[in-house]
Amino acid sequence: MKICVTGILVLCVMANPLTAADGPTIPAAEVEAAVLSMFKAAPVELRSRIDQDETQRICSETRNAPPAAQAEAIKAREIATIVYPDDGNVLGDWKKGEVVAQSGAGGQFSDAPGAVRGGNCYACHQMAAAELSFGTLGPSLYGYGNARSFEASAAKAVYAKIFNAQSVQPCSSMPRFGYHKFLTIEQLRDVTAYLMSPDSPVNK
Amino acid sequence: MTQAGFGKRFAGVVAALVAALVAFGTGFYGIGHAAGAAPLDSTKEIEKYREMINDPMANPAYLSVDRGEILWMTARGAKNATLEGCDLGEGRSKLEGVYAKLPRYFKDSDTVMDLEQRLLWCMATVQGLDTGDVVARRFGGPGTTSDMEDLAAFIANKSNGAKIEPQLATAGEQRMYALGEALFYRRASISDFSCATCHSVEGKRIRLQGLPNLSEAGKTAQETMATWPAYRVSQSQTRTMQHRLWDCYRQMRMPAPGYASEGITALIVYLNAKAAGGVLNVPSIKR
Repeated sequence: MKICVTGILVLCVMANPLTAADGPTIPAAEVEAAVLSMFKAAPVELRSRIDQDETQRICSETRNAPPAAQAEAIKAREIATIVYPDDGNVLGDWKKGEVVAQSGAGGQFSDAPGAVRGGNCYACHQMAAAELSFGTLGPSLYGYGNARSFEASAAKAVYAKIFNAQSVQPCSSMPRFGYHKFLTIEQLRDVTAYLMSPDSPVNK
Repeated sequence: MTQAGFGKRFAGVVAALVAALVAFGTGFYGIGHAAGAAPLDSTKEIEKYREMINDPMANPAYLSVDRGEILWMTARGAKNATLEGCDLGEGRSKLEGVYAKLPRYFKDSDTVMDLEQRLLWCMATVQGLDTGDVVARRFGGPGTTSDMEDLAAFIANKSNGAKIEPQLATAGEQRMYALGEALFYRRASISDFSCATCHSVEGKRIRLQGLPNLSEAGKTAQETMATWPAYRVSQSQTRTMQHRLWDCYRQMRMPAPGYASEGITALIVYLNAKAAGGVLNVPSIKR
């Protein structure tokens, strides 16, 4: 089933048929009970990670292909979460941004709670040409700023996308780095600069 | 062959293997940078290398198989009984082919169990063993062997050559499949990940590591599920699917899932259903 919503953009979503569950089904309450039981030994500080927010719940149930109305609701909700830097400047230090893009550290149950986190961008995206160890789950971002003529509006847009990917693409696979406070606003600015600075190797 | 002799003989092989893997990894990275070789060519090289090391006589997990055999025949617990009285699904003490049909529904416990859950149940009921210590050592580490990993390697090895045969006839098994599927797609935590984030598309990779698509029945799922338990060279340990999924949840930034919990078994039911027909060859050896 292909749903096309016409707007400023034409957004085409390949939706799974409603038989996304391809075999027997199970009531959601039983799934959640099993989840609670599975993670019952979780330490207090990690407990909140078990529960889903509304967006995670809808994306799970619709196998990341929400019907148009739900997709719009997600977008509206996620846009409202975005926090911009106080001074409005979304461009930080691209060199620090590269460190964030390279590092997959932090946030795992085996990590110290205060450990510095990385964005792990290279796990899924090609970025600078010299780095050959890049993943392919996400699109290549090589030449990202170049392709957008380094425009201020594009920098603001990509900051928003990294802060909350689902404000742009409902049920995107990409983590909502700012929404979850996985990265700090400073780190988000630095990664934005890594993509948008003319001096960054991403644009060389 | 005695355990000691076996171990001695392997010590050299293991050292050579680790050295080779390290050298290979470094070389691969270096070559990629120097010549700008496409990563896919290197993937083929890694495949070739995997075939080369896929030799039972060079796989340290066969030490686990040996230890597991001894554990299977050792009388333990309040009842001073061996595990030979354990019914893994095909009758008491029957080992051949049982792993290919696990997880499955057991009438005596009225639950669907994977191999490790069943072993814990047998230890408690057949042997009268307090499983606290065994569970504490569920994942081997430096200086600690895991009874569970050793027993799983021994028992799974007895299904080599058998095809994965998912057991989905009973209502309980069907419910577990549905639960497993729901968990596979369930997004949560601070990275919004589910299993499907990485494992529902063909031919993708994290950095240079290829990602098996486990959302569809077929060769990729078969190759994945038919090669666990495995010796993880990077961890110097024999690991089972219980550990693999525990590690997945770690990478998903979720809390650690309970060992031998219903949810993990449900995921294994779901994954094995996608891997039906895969020919078991275990313990295998992986990076």
